[in-house]
Parts: sequence; structure tokens; C-alpha cells
Amino acid sequence: MTHSSDLTRLTAAETAARIASGRASAVEVAEAHLARIEAVDEKVHAFLHVDREGALARARTVDAKRSRGERLGPLAGVPLALKDIFTTEGMPTTVGSKILESWIPPYDATLTKRLKDADVVILGKTNMDEFAMGSSTENSAYGPTGNPWDLTRIPGGSGGGSSAALASYQAPLAIGTDTGGSIRQPAAVTGTVGVKPTYGAVSRYGMVAFSSSLDQGGPCARTVLDAALLHEAIAGHDPLDSTSVDAPVPPVVEAARNGDVKGLRVGVVREFAGEGYQAGVMQRFNESVELLRELGAEIVEISCPSFDKALAAYYLIAPSECSSNLARFDAMRYGLRAGDDGTRSAEEVTSLTREAGFGPEVKRRIMLGTYALSSGYYDAYYGSAQKVRTLIKRDFDAAFGKVDVLVSPTTPTTAFPIGERADDPMAMYLADLCTIPSNLAGNAAMSLPCGLAPEDGLPVGLQIIAPAMADDRLYRVGAAVEAAYHARWGHPLLEEAPSL
Amino acid sequence: MPGITREEVAHLARLARLELKDEELDHFAGQLDDIIGAVARVSDVADEDVPPTSHPLPLTNVMRPDEVRPSLTPEQALSGAPAQEQQRFKVPQILGEE
Repeated sequence: MTHSSDLTRLTAAETAARIASGRASAVEVAEAHLARIEAVDEKVHAFLHVDREGALARARTVDAKRSRGERLGPLAGVPLALKDIFTTEGMPTTVGSKILESWIPPYDATLTKRLKDADVVILGKTNMDEFAMGSSTENSAYGPTGNPWDLTRIPGGSGGGSSAALASYQAPLAIGTDTGGSIRQPAAVTGTVGVKPTYGAVSRYGMVAFSSSLDQGGPCARTVLDAALLHEAIAGHDPLDSTSVDAPVPPVVEAARNGDVKGLRVGVVREFAGEGYQAGVMQRFNESVELLRELGAEIVEISCPSFDKALAAYYLIAPSECSSNLARFDAMRYGLRAGDDGTRSAEEVTSLTREAGFGPEVKRRIMLGTYALSSGYYDAYYGSAQKVRTLIKRDFDAAFGKVDVLVSPTTPTTAFPIGERADDPMAMYLADLCTIPSNLAGNAAMSLPCGLAPEDGLPVGLQIIAPAMADDRLYRVGAAVEAAYHARWGHPLLEEAPSL
Repeated sequence: MPGITREEVAHLARLARLELKDEELDHFAGQLDDIIGAVARVSDVADEDVPPTSHPLPLTNVMRPDEVRPSLTPEQALSGAPAQEQQRFKVPQILGEE
């Protein structure tokens, strides 16, 4: 089945080429995607807000530039779905929470500004777990998103709206944020590509904070090259973010155009296997390792003994930072204010507003963080978690002394049914088992499709992990794996998804 | 490690400015107890001689030039305020009555 005539089936690179050469106008491309959203998003619920007028206005600007003979950027006119965690001037930014339900930010995030400067057409804002806390998008205050492969299953989280928008051809590009796996796990369970860049590579200015030492924005796409093009557009130093890396962006696009693993040393992490890993996920992962070997990589088994404490350390560090970050939602300057009847004090109004505005997972994490940081428990919990973080960094340093990249399944299982883990926080947290170590250490990681699990026919993700500031390795390896799989399958994996 | 009681949850909620309902206290007590039981394994390393890592980047005191640059207007800054008066955020009473 080919859809070459359908503009929503093109990659971002193809779309940009068509617009640049005049074979399609940016307005036609935007209209095709807006029509697709209209047709399918009632079922998928990827978007919280669609900015029809803004998208068409941006597209007209691109067409006008072209007709004036101005040089267009590599993503000019390409539509994008933006996770609702980045501020957008004049457009709602809810973070999936009732506490920001009617907030219209007065400024653009640096990432939003870069997208606009690159003439990317922002279609709207995508659904997410409230404040990016979750692995299923069920924690959104605005209802869950369906996985386009099976609408009764989760699209991953927290960036489930972005991954579902890609997998249902509502946008060729999307933005996610990854604190413990929120770009990579949604990519894995929807058969798409997602990259968590090196910590500090993409500015956090205007990205609503959850856990500041872990949060990292990054690109989501249907192909490795598209992800690289988006990576290059959004990455780079930003003086407005004091944790932004002041160094050149690694050559990710060049790497994505030159996929190659010959002579590369690839480490298989022994600890990412065993109990809790679905058989079909391990089968596809082991085949990927075999594929890498056939493509000329040298496979080395690696042990990272501290990784078994990563999940525990993460669920102390992330809630601790969250309890501090979310203190800003005090009902005084912006966002919801509840219970202000003239008789209550500011403190009472704050408490009533936070009770009304935050959902259960956010409350759980705020209280968990408050507990971990309270006197008497601080050393045992938060202090120890920070030591584990050091040990995990050391494990990675030792591993990258022996190999160029590490590989693992992205997530232990395929997409689970909506509702299955909704009120079982510990079961939900296990979805991030393989992704969390890279957030704690700050290195770069990618997920890309490596087939369908035989037992349920759902997508499996292969995770590639590279050292900090070596993001280009992800793209070099990812492009080689992607090309080999496309040749083997005869088409991209997503073509096997049911039509909506 | 101690188990977490309903009273402790109520105390944490007060510290965190969350006016939890009674049924939430019961529900969260069980869940937080499970989570804390699971994450307590980090304390295996409590006595190890390992420096803590608070952040992936070794950055300290990042400065930028002290220059005047465009910023939000008062109208923009107040645009999300639940209540405002005379170009200020209007808040509920913060001091007790006389």
C-alpha cells in the first residue's frame, strides 16, 4: 500500500523538499494535516489544542518567502505537534493539568521560538501526563490518549500525545520531554523514533519544570533523519537557561545521513533483562543485536551493577525536585485560584487550589518528595539517592571505556491496556526501568522501532545509549539499523498499523 | 525503615499545602508506604564513601552579562493573575485579623 499522493504520509525531509521545490505549498501541507486531525483525533485524542489559524498563517509566511525567492530552512513549512509543556505566547499551555487550564502564557519558550525561527508550522499542543509525571498519558486531567496501533492501549507517557500524533499521521514531527523516559517509552510503544539528547542540549527556558536536573526536551519523528533535522533545529546554547551546554551541537544530521556500524563496539547491558521483560520484546531485541553484528558491529556484554538501584534513586530524586518546583503553583500570580471567598487566608486558598488543581499522581509525588527531603529522612533517602546517581555515572563511564554505544530494549513490555496500571504506581514506574539511568547520568539515548512482538503484534523499541555530547552516535547507529530493518520488512514498521 | 501512617500523610500534605480529603489520606497512605518500601533500597549505599551527584553537569555560578534587555510589560506579567489591582497581584489576606 502506497500513500505517496497523501501529504500526511511523507517524512519531514520529503515534505520540506516538496515545499522548497514548489511541488506542494506549505498551506496545502498544513491543510492536509489539519484535515487529518479533524478526521481522526476524536478517536486518538493526541491534541489538547489545535491552532488552525496560527498554523495556516505560518504556512502562508513560508509560501510568501518562497515566492520572494528567499532561501528556506531545512524544516520550513513542516508541521509539528508540540507537547503542551512548552510555553507558547497567546496559545494555551496546560501541562495536562487543571491548575493551568485557562493559562495563556505571555512568552514563548526558547524551543518554541527556535521552531518559529525555523519556519516550522506548529499545529497545536499535545496531550501528556499531568506535569509529565507518568508513563501512559492516563494522568492527563483532560482524558487519556489512545495508541494508534490499538486505541484501547496506552500510547506511552508522559509524551503520549506527541507519539500518537506521529503514529496516526497527524504530524510528521513532534516535540517531547524526557525526565525518566517520556520521549523514548512513547516512541517504543507506538513504533516511532524519539531522542533524549544529552542533558543541557535543548534549552529548558519556558519548559514547565518537573525535575530540573533530569528534564530534557527532544525530537520525536517517524524516521531517524527527521529526528536529526529537528534535533539540529532545537538544540544549542541558550543564555536564558543556566544549565544549557555551551558547546557546538554534535553533527547529528550528517550522522543520520551516513548510518554505519562497521567496527563499532556495541555493549549489551546484562542488567536490562530477566524478570518483568516480555518474551516478544526480548526476542526482537536479541534479533536487533544479531542485526548489529551482521552489519559489522562488535558485540560486547557489559555489566552495570548499580542500575538495579536506578529506579529507586529516580523515584526519590524526581519527586524531591518536583515537590520544590511545583511550590510555585500557589494561586497568587497565575493559574487556578480556588476557594477565595473573602474569608480565607492566602495559605488556605493555596492549599484548596492545589487540592483542586492537581491530580492524584502529582499529589503522590509532591508528598513523596516532601517526605524524602524532610529532616530525619533526608540522608537516608535523598542523600543516598544522590550517591546512587554517582555510582550509575561511574557504571556508564566504565562501560563507555569499553564500548561506543550501549543497547537495550527501550521498555520491558509493549503497550499495556488503558486502565491496567492506572492505580498501581509501582507497576507504572517499571515502564521506565531501562530509560531512567540515562536521565540520572545525563547522557544521550534514542528509541527506534525494531519490530512487533509476536504475542500481541505491538511495536517494540530498541534503545541506543551514547555518552554525553556524543548524540551523533545515536543517529549513525539508528540510521544503519533503520535502513536494514526497512530493507528486511520492505517498508517502515508504521505501515503495518491499522488504519483509523 | 518506618511504615508511613495516615497521620504522617496528613502532616506531609500540610507541609506541601495540599488540603487532602479524608478518603485521599487513606488511599495515599497505602500507596506511599508501598513506594517508600520499594525505594528504600537506596539506603544500602548510605554508609558508602561516595560523593553525591546532584546534577549531571559540573556547572557552578553560570553568569551572563548584566545588560538591560526586553522583558514582559506589566500587562503581560499580570495577564495570568487570578486577581489584580493597581498593576499589582491581588491576593487573599496574608495576616490575621486584629
